[in-house]
Parts: sequence; structure tokens; C-alpha cells
Amino acid sequence: MLANLINGISLGSVYAIIALGYTMVYGIAKMLNFAHGDVIMVGAYVAFCAITGLGWPPILAVLASVAVCTVLGIIIEGLAYKPLRNATSLAVLITAIGVSYFLQNAALLIWTSNTKVFPNIFADLPALQLGSTQVAPVTLITVLANIVIMLALTFFTSKTKMGKAMRAVSEDKGAATLMGINVNRTISMTFAIGSGLAAIAGVLLCTAYPTLMPTTGAMPGIKAFTAAVFGGIGSIPGAMLGGVLLGVIEIFGKAYISTQLSDAIVFAVLIIVLLVKPTGLLGRKVREKV
Amino acid sequence: METMLQVQDLQVYYGSIHAIKGISFEVKEGEIVTLIGANGAGKSTTLNTVGGLLKARSGKILFEGKDLHGMAADRVVARGMALCPEGRRVFQHMTVLENLEMGAYTRPASEAADSLEKVYALFPRLKERYHQIAGTLSGGEQQMLAMGRALMSRPRLMMLDEPSMGLAPILVKQIFNIIEDMNKQGTTILLVEQNAQMALSVANRAYVLETGRISLSGDASELARSEEIKKAYLGG
Ligand SMILES: Nc1ncnc2c1ncn2[C@@H]1O[C@H](COP(=O)(O)OP(=O)(O)O)[C@@H](O)[C@H]1O
Ligand SMILES: [Mg+2]
Repeated sequence: MLANLINGISLGSVYAIIALGYTMVYGIAKMLNFAHGDVIMVGAYVAFCAITGLGWPPILAVLASVAVCTVLGIIIEGLAYKPLRNATSLAVLITAIGVSYFLQNAALLIWTSNTKVFPNIFADLPALQLGSTQVAPVTLITVLANIVIMLALTFFTSKTKMGKAMRAVSEDKGAATLMGINVNRTISMTFAIGSGLAAIAGVLLCTAYPTLMPTTGAMPGIKAFTAAVFGGIGSIPGAMLGGVLLGVIEIFGKAYISTQLSDAIVFAVLIIVLLVKPTGLLGRKVREKV
Repeated sequence: METMLQVQDLQVYYGSIHAIKGISFEVKEGEIVTLIGANGAGKSTTLNTVGGLLKARSGKILFEGKDLHGMAADRVVARGMALCPEGRRVFQHMTVLENLEMGAYTRPASEAADSLEKVYALFPRLKERYHQIAGTLSGGEQQMLAMGRALMSRPRLMMLDEPSMGLAPILVKQIFNIIEDMNKQGTTILLVEQNAQMALSVANRAYVLETGRISLSGDASELARSEEIKKAYLGG
């Protein structure tokens, strides 16, 4: 029971970190970046290569991974989405799916379809003993990382000039422009942050579940998107809550109901929540503005 | 008086809709100039084009002698021209103070305290409510916030798009008094209004816009007396 809860929170924390990327990008660019899950995969591969190929210490590998994904996020936004700023949301969605396939196939070319075994980067750290339950270091670090990221983002969006500008852009791009805010740069910045977080999520995910292949990011990406919607898309605490709840529901579903059905249960819960509260748990109504 | 803003033969389209059909006007330093006209005449289109939100098909927009043609709105603000848009468009989920801070986005942080003090002096209500979420303010207060926010960028030219829209008469009076105060403190004003009577009462000069063309222009008090204007815009 306790072990399942801890596993659920840990998996959920990974979802939450990914969901933060979805939710920030949605909040500001009003688009679903379906390629977000694949950025996780790229992040994991970069860290993998740095550790096993170059022999870098894990911390440096993570930093490299964050750097690569941050730049990747900016490039994806600039090349694929920026030209579509005034296009229909369907066109943007299809493009996002295209970017997702592109990243997966690029990974296939670079790293082949052979499954890589991701190293346990926290192997040196001791496990935590909670009664009769052992908590693996990766679990603890994932949960801590989630909390730190959430606090940092909350601080960033509520206290810094750039963060407040992001909120302004998310509310009303035209009015934000009139304040002198460069909307394109702000959107680009949001992709950078979301993608950098995706890299961290990728490393944590693959440390906990060490199989790495070009499709590794796809399912967690969809789950995290679900988590973002579940918590209320656009809301930072919502992404955290949605992610953690989703992880817990998934692990409990697996443990007590059915391994095969656990994903179905996750999506069923999402549908029920959306029927009762269409804006998600912590979401608020968005007023559409020109 | 120096010419602050000069618009020459401006043409603006929405797709194939020809909204502004070659208008020219100017605003001199220290003036209050008003652009009046019925709903749909093209007042907002004009202001939004000057402010950089819309692109003109052709024509010139000279601000302090420099051509702004094609310059995006975020850079226009930094040049010293602010637009307080129609419908106020305050950031509903942000606090009053955060809205004002956004107004000062282009300015150095060292100015902030001083700018805030000036805005609070014009709008004491905003100071009382600085911590309140903007979406919970009344319509009049939101209008004050929109104006205060625009002032935070320390514009030399302030453009106001229908500041009286949807406000009770007593508030309209108050808003127009504040516009006059802003002007007295040195801000040049380009005011767009459907409330022609109020607009003409505070303005030095006026232009009348009719379906994308300027049909009349002149001294505001003279226009207020003209039969044509009385019939069309002042209800008799
Ligand atoms: N986004 C838009 N798309 C197409 N036509 C528009 C748009 N905005 C305004 N118009 C048209 O342009 C003309 C001028 O509108 P506007 O500048 O908003 O007038 P006003 O501010 O004087 O009420 C109107 O005929 C209006 O229908
Ligand atoms: Mg208008």
C-alpha cells in the first residue's frame, strides 16, 4: 500500500514535470505541443550518450541534456509553430503531430531502434527506509525535483518581470504587445523552459524505468497531457496536482484492478472529471480575446 | 507648437475590406485631439494602426518626425506612444499593481516608484485597490487601471480608445476630467470617442470620421456648434 503510494507519487511527479511544459505552452501560445513528449525522449538520449558514451558525470549529463532540449524547444517553436501563429488550431495540431513523428524518426536514425538500457545515475545514493518500505533514491529525487520545479516556476511567474510578462501574454497578447512586451520572444522563452523541464523529466523517467527507445516519450507525453487537462490546463499547480493524481491512480489501478486496464482507468477518470468540471480540477474559464 | 504625430494618406484593409480609405491628420505637442464618428467608422482601426497593432497598406505615420511604418506595437511603446485600447483590456487575472508594472515594462526599474506615485495621484482608487485582482474591479475602475497602466510607460503621446464606453455619466465626467489633468501634466492626447459631446468639450481640435474617411475637421468648440455635427452626433 505505502509502496504503491510512493511509486504512484514518484511516477506522477514525472508526469507533473512534463505536464508543466504542456500547460505553460498551452497557457501562453494556446496550442497543444504534441511533440513535447518526444523532447523528453531526446533529453534522455542526450543524457544517455553523455554518460555512457562520453563518460560524463551524471550532473553534467543532465545539464547538457537540459541545454540541448532548451535549444531544441526554441528551434521547434521558431521553425514549426511561429509561422503558424495566425493559422487555425487544427493546422497547428497537425504540425505538432508532424514534429512528433519527425523527432521519433530522427531518433531512430541517430540511435537506431535498439533499446538502450539507461544507467542508474543515483546508484551511489542510499535508499531511504520508511518502516518496512524502501524508497529508492530516484523516487525521492523525482518527488523533490517536482516540488522544487513547481516552487521555482511559481516564484518565476509571480515575482519576476519576465514571468509576469508571460502571464500577461497568456491573458491577452494584443494588450501585452501594447505594454511593450515582445510576444514572440515570450512564447519562445516558454518553449525553452518547458523543453528544459522535459529533459529533466526524461532523465528521471528513464532512471526509474530504464528502457530507452525512440518511442519512449510518446506514452508519458500523452499521460502528462492528460494530467495537464485533468488538473486544469494552463494552471501550474493544476499540472502538479493532475500529474501526481494520475500517477497514483495508474499505479493503484495496476496493483489492485488490472495491469492491462490501468491506462483505461486513467482515461476514464479524466473523462469523469471533465464531465463534472470541464475546466479541470484547478482550471479557470478562459475568456477568448482577439 | 511642434507636430507630434502626423498621419498621411493612411489606407488600412482587413483582408479585402477597405476600412480606412486614405485619411490624414495631425496632433501637435500639448494638444488634445479627438477623432469622433459613429460605430464602425474606423476609429479603432486608425488608433490600432498608429499604435502598431495593425499594418497599414499604405500611407505614412510620423511620430516626432520619424516614420513608424510597419513598426510593431511593442517597439512603438518604447518610442513614447501608448495606446489605451477599446474595451480596456486590463489583465483580468493579475493584480492592479501587476497591471501597472506591466505598463512600465519598457522602462527602467529605477523609475517605477516615481511613475507609480504619479499614477496613484491621478487615480487614488488604484492605490486603495493595488492588491485587488483586476477582473474584480468595477468598469470605471478598470478604465482607470487601463489609463494608469498606459501612463506607466511615460508616453509623450497617449491614445485613448473610447474611454467612456459603458460607463455611468458621473464616471464619464470623472474620466474626462482625468484626461484633462493628464494633458495639463504634459501628455499629448489623441482621443477616440463615440460620445462626441464630451470629447468635443475637452478637445482642442477634432476630426470626424465617416466610413473610413475624414468628413470634417476643425476647432473642437466650433465643430460642437456646427449644425451638421449636432444633427449627426449630438442628438439634435
Ligand atoms: N477584425 C476585423 N475584421 C474585419 N473587419 C473589421 C475588423 N475590425 C473592424 N472591422 C471593420 O472595419 C470597420 C471599422 O471598424 P472600427 O475601426 O472598429 O470602427 P470604430 O472603432 O469606429 O467603431 C468596420 O466596418 C468594421 O466592421
Ligand atoms: Mg472602436
